[in-house]
Amino acid sequence: MTLEPTPSQTIGPFFHDALLDRDQSELVAPEHPSAVRIRGTIYNGAGEPVPDAMLEVWQANQAGRYAHPADDREELPLEESFSGFGRCGTDEEGGYRFVTVKPGPVPGPGGQPQAPHINVSVFARGLLRRLVTRIYFPDEEAANAADPVLGAIEDAGRRSSLVARSEEDGLRFDLHLQGAGETVFFDV
Amino acid sequence: MSQDTQRVSLRDGTNVHPPYLYPDYESTRLRAPERPLAIRPRTLSELTGPAYGHDRVGELDHDLTRQHRGEPLGERVIVTGRVLDGDGRPVRDSLVEVWQANAAGRYTHHGDRHPAPLDPNFSGAGRCLTDGEGRYRFLTVKPEAYPWGNHPNAWRPAHIHFSLFGPSFSSRLITQMYFPGDPLFYQDPIFNSIPGREARERLISTFDLSVTEPEWALGYRFDIVLEGQSSTPMEDHK
Repeated sequence: MTLEPTPSQTIGPFFHDALLDRDQSELVAPEHPSAVRIRGTIYNGAGEPVPDAMLEVWQANQAGRYAHPADDREELPLEESFSGFGRCGTDEEGGYRFVTVKPGPVPGPGGQPQAPHINVSVFARGLLRRLVTRIYFPDEEAANAADPVLGAIEDAGRRSSLVARSEEDGLRFDLHLQGAGETVFFDV
Repeated sequence: MSQDTQRVSLRDGTNVHPPYLYPDYESTRLRAPERPLAIRPRTLSELTGPAYGHDRVGELDHDLTRQHRGEPLGERVIVTGRVLDGDGRPVRDSLVEVWQANAAGRYTHHGDRHPAPLDPNFSGAGRCLTDGEGRYRFLTVKPEAYPWGNHPNAWRPAHIHFSLFGPSFSSRLITQMYFPGDPLFYQDPIFNSIPGREARERLISTFDLSVTEPEWALGYRFDIVLEGQSSTPMEDHK
């Protein structure tokens, strides 16, 4: 039996009490020895910040294993305290932040490793469907160059839109929904 | 799991989901990407997904009429249905989050400027987990339509927002449930952004007398189908 999926609709502007009633932006405590701070701003096609978006992240743990039954690589450890999921709304300046750890590499097509990455969903008023993108790490140049998902992006010049930038106390990953410097978004 | 063992979805969703740019819905104009979406292989990153929310759900979170000292105003309704994967299998033990306006068409949100009354006994947010058959059930009050600034005299049909995770990153869905017979559908660009009539109508709940509780609450049924499979093919071979 194949059923047609239920269509998507926008999250609208009024989701905060239901979805963001408690802080879920820290996947690990800020004191975690391997904690990485990722922050960024979401911009619209006029270069204005988007103050009413929500980002969700999904990632493997430091060993490269996802806390999910479909990842059955039992030789890699799971950590009970690390779900790999986080959520953050944007503030009035369009900013968001997460505290997490850098995931280990996970296998891609044919077992070829993928560079460490964080899967991202963006929801907002005006987005009738979520947008899906990935955050890659700037200190993984060789792995990024060999990554099968980055490599499949036809316009090579746009691949860098998925690599975070190093800042003094963490990483910056800005999202441009439209226009110049538009972030690469994936078919869901 | 190698890519060879993955099943490829036969549906591409093109005629099911709205486009990003739908100019009649003004907010899409500066937020829709202009570049085509990049195609990527489905890997463990897409076939896994968060098992989120099991520590989130309080005993009364499914009952939006009992979150305050008094009872909210409005027509009590029961909204129930099943969450299924694309193969028709139940999505079990999965978080369902809802939010809605009150019976006067007003959200409990600092950004809602509609001068309709707030109800001190209604917050309009709920959550529950699906059961072993993929069923969820909420008791709430029927939300009312409200005006918005999209175009002159624009009104949103009454709706309840639904957020679902399902089995994988690929199955994540946020949508809206509508009520049957709403006279506002024709002028609502959010509802009409869905290209196919059949697909649009799948967002309209059905009135169901068997769900209705006598002398208490009207019942509506709303089933949800998520993309992706709820278990890996390996596990499902019989």
